Amino acid sequence: MTALAARVPAGHYRFRHAARMEWIKLSSLRSTWWTLAIAAAGAIGIGVAVGINTRNAAGDLTNNALAGIIPSLLLMGVLGTLTVTSEYSSGMIRTTLSAAPRRPMLLAAKAAVFGAVAVTVGEAASFIAFFAGGAALRHGIPAPALTQPGVLRAVLLSGVSFGLIGLLGLGLGAIVRHSGAAIAVVVGGVYVLPTIVGSVTHKLGVFMPIDIIGNSLTTTKPEPCSAHASYCTHFLSAWAGLGLLGLYAAAALAVGGWLFAHRDA
Amino acid sequence: MIEVRELTKRYGSTLAVDHLSFDLRPGTVTGFLGANGSGKSTTMRMILGLDSPDAGQVRIGGRRFRELRWPLREVGSLLEARSFHPGRTARSHLAALAASNAIPRHRVNEVLDQVGLASAAGRRAGKFSLGMAQRLGIAAALLGDPSVLLLDEPVNGLDPAGVRWIRDLLKSLAAEGRVVFVSSHLITEMALMAERLVVIGQGRLLADTTVAEMSATAPSLEDAFLAMTEASAEYRAAQPASALTSRKEGSS
Repeated sequence: MTALAARVPAGHYRFRHAARMEWIKLSSLRSTWWTLAIAAAGAIGIGVAVGINTRNAAGDLTNNALAGIIPSLLLMGVLGTLTVTSEYSSGMIRTTLSAAPRRPMLLAAKAAVFGAVAVTVGEAASFIAFFAGGAALRHGIPAPALTQPGVLRAVLLSGVSFGLIGLLGLGLGAIVRHSGAAIAVVVGGVYVLPTIVGSVTHKLGVFMPIDIIGNSLTTTKPEPCSAHASYCTHFLSAWAGLGLLGLYAAAALAVGGWLFAHRDA
Repeated sequence: MIEVRELTKRYGSTLAVDHLSFDLRPGTVTGFLGANGSGKSTTMRMILGLDSPDAGQVRIGGRRFRELRWPLREVGSLLEARSFHPGRTARSHLAALAASNAIPRHRVNEVLDQVGLASAAGRRAGKFSLGMAQRLGIAAALLGDPSVLLLDEPVNGLDPAGVRWIRDLLKSLAAEGRVVFVSSHLITEMALMAERLVVIGQGRLLADTTVAEMSATAPSLEDAFLAMTEASAEYRAAQPASALTSRKEGSS
């Protein structure tokens, strides 16, 4: 093996090499760009539509402009899932692991690259949706400004939620591995389960990802308690919501990473 | 050198690989022969760290595959032809792999030329024929100019010219002092390509020999192989599995 050792350069492959591979893999698929474009366009389009139809100047206009974020996040969750599961369905995983066999590092590189792309697209979509939704307001309602209390935070966290939902999907993809099943888990867990939980108990509903994003991250002020309601829902604060959503994504990645490292590929 | 020691893998109640030991040395093409389901692919997957053995180990130059410093520059592999994302072009596929091991970008075009895919480099690999897919897999294996090549059924899907090309390529790579390990169930192809042979049956080593030695035991290499695997099956049927040891009548 001395001959072999002499041919191979010093050092060893590192996180940055794996991340570069993952970036090329992600960016060289047309489906990535289509999905990101549709997610952004959906978020912006819905923000504009809501803006046009807004009549209540006293409502949370920022939250209205960001109303398209949640439907768009569905695509981010699915895209994150496919980032992992398509490796298994195509057989690419064999090639990937022959190039970078240190699995926890590989998954970390995948998550870092995908998370960065998702947050970048998310921030762009959120800011454009905010300004476009504000510009679309009629009936003499003034557009919200980033300098108003809580507005910049809501827009920024809205973009961050793209990354967190994407990483939640990526982690679930690493756990489930089969594309169809993993997408079902993501859609079911993020979109269907909250509806069921929310209808059973509002107390738990606030801990669901969708409620966190819709009612904690993208709001500028606490939801007022309805005078007619028999209960009052206490949504998490923006920062508590961010922490909990981050925890969900981290947990999915940690479990996915552990399984990835310990299961046969 | 690659050392396979007491490698054992169980899937449920099936013993896929059973205390398998052999060495692979540089400078020769070693053929890996066995019937369907004899454990060839599972062994390859364990050498590459894709599957973990239940017992035993593999050392590549003294290290596990996961511990290699630049895996693609040390071991090139081809397991199944379609081990790429169908939506990615051949060039992007190889560029991603090159980036993972800091392999200079010009190697991508070099291996595309070498395997005859230069004109298809910009096409999405999902549209490739089996032969083209196989060539892309071989390009990926050659990308890092590795000193070890592990190829599972590389002639699958290749036309006669392609079969001759891969045979000459692997011989020349071995002649340069590389470890070349090629599985196939095409015995006649093995007779032309390989110098040494590792033969397994039901996950156990039947022979660790040379093509010349094995051919001498019967009218042809094919006859020798069939006699050997037949004997193994009969032997197994007559004895409880636990009574078997790994080396038997194979090399006698």
